[in-house]
Amino acid sequence: MRQINTEEITDTVEKICIDANYNLGDDLITSLRNALDKEESPLGKEVIKQLLENAEIGKNEQVPVCQDTGYAVVFVEIGQNVMIEGQSLQEAINEGVRRGYKNGYLRKSIVRSPLDRVNTGDNTPAAIHTDIVPGDKLKITFIAKGGGCENMSRTAMLTPAQGRDGVINFVVETVKIAGANPCPPIIVGVGLGGTFEYASLLSKKAILRSVGIHNKDINIAHLEDELLEKINKLGIGPQGFGGRITALAVHVETYPCHIASLPVAVNIECHSHRPKSVVI
Amino acid sequence: MREYINLKTPLSDSDVEKLEAGDKVRISGILYTARDAAHKRLMEMIESGKDLPFDLKGQLIYYVGPSPAKPEQVIGSAGPTTSYRMDTYTPAFIKMGLKGTIGKGNRSQEVIEAMRKYKAVYLAAVGGAAALIAKTIRKVRIIAFEDLGPEAIRELEVDNFPAIVVNDTKGNDLYNIGSDKYKIPS
Repeated sequence: MRQINTEEITDTVEKICIDANYNLGDDLITSLRNALDKEESPLGKEVIKQLLENAEIGKNEQVPVCQDTGYAVVFVEIGQNVMIEGQSLQEAINEGVRRGYKNGYLRKSIVRSPLDRVNTGDNTPAAIHTDIVPGDKLKITFIAKGGGCENMSRTAMLTPAQGRDGVINFVVETVKIAGANPCPPIIVGVGLGGTFEYASLLSKKAILRSVGIHNKDINIAHLEDELLEKINKLGIGPQGFGGRITALAVHVETYPCHIASLPVAVNIECHSHRPKSVVI
Repeated sequence: MREYINLKTPLSDSDVEKLEAGDKVRISGILYTARDAAHKRLMEMIESGKDLPFDLKGQLIYYVGPSPAKPEQVIGSAGPTTSYRMDTYTPAFIKMGLKGTIGKGNRSQEVIEAMRKYKAVYLAAVGGAAALIAKTIRKVRIIAFEDLGPEAIRELEVDNFPAIVVNDTKGNDLYNIGSDKYKIPS
């Protein structure tokens, strides 16, 4: 068994919270540059230019690219030959979030209860998802998930009869209803299959894929292309001001499902797409 | 497309009446920040007949919850939040003399109708361009609800704050105009 101390996990989480919020990924920047080439609307082009300029400021001045520094969503893939020593894994992650949001001057956006709505003051707790995987490594993926785009996400339990067309209609309709709200150009994560909760989780995992990389299954890759084309025909455009680029990418993840079901979940991600991964 | 229109707050009816959906504006003067929790409290104050922390007349409310300022900064990153969550409160504020709101995303018919009736505008700032926008903010002062942290009401002194007119006083909506222009029927 390989031993990993929770202090190392805390330090890693602290670093990636800050890194993700200051430094947008090269995949996203490339995607925004391509969008700038393709966009025909003058106002849309101006918006994308401002987003690229904003990304530069974030990186050069080491400040958050967006004031909504997000809900801290943390995925941990734990190799089954790893033994975690120290405190509880949950507490180690939350301590990393606490330190990252304090030391990185990130906004604290979490309330302790959905109904009494008192801010916890340190952006904890994180939403933590753990998977046990083969091997002796531990992979931590952090994503700062903004509230505005998360609010535009939807899940539906379609019937098998509704099939592929039903899925396409639901995804495109979700983006249409979202309109200007989620800060387009967006990334659309789709979870297809599984159960009610599993489809939602898949839709978030879909967002984490490098921007614009297709699903390995050729049929699903074609579905992604068709969805992206239909979404960009909506004309919503950057910030909803009208234009060709409403979405930068559509990522679909699938899982087997029940003979009675066709679950579909759509997780909307804004252009301030802030995931970071580290392998310990 | 028209060049930038300079706006200096506070605004009069004629200042906002000359604006058209799609116009680019640069705002200088004072903006008041308020988002979900602050709106709820302001509404409770109005309903119980209390004086508000600032006079709404002629003013603009910016829907923002900034990130904390680093030691060398005036304010942290400060882009707009999604506006529709404030829709239930906005018509009452506009009726009391508020001349406009700044945020991102679509407004309800009730808000659009109130803007038409009482002469007010809805402006969009570029969501996610928060570090860029923060550079136009010169001074910050918390004037109410400090316990709300990022949601406290702040008085911002801004210089050439960039925004785009989405809804004007005639009922036009840039979001509809824009998507109609670029929509491709399938």
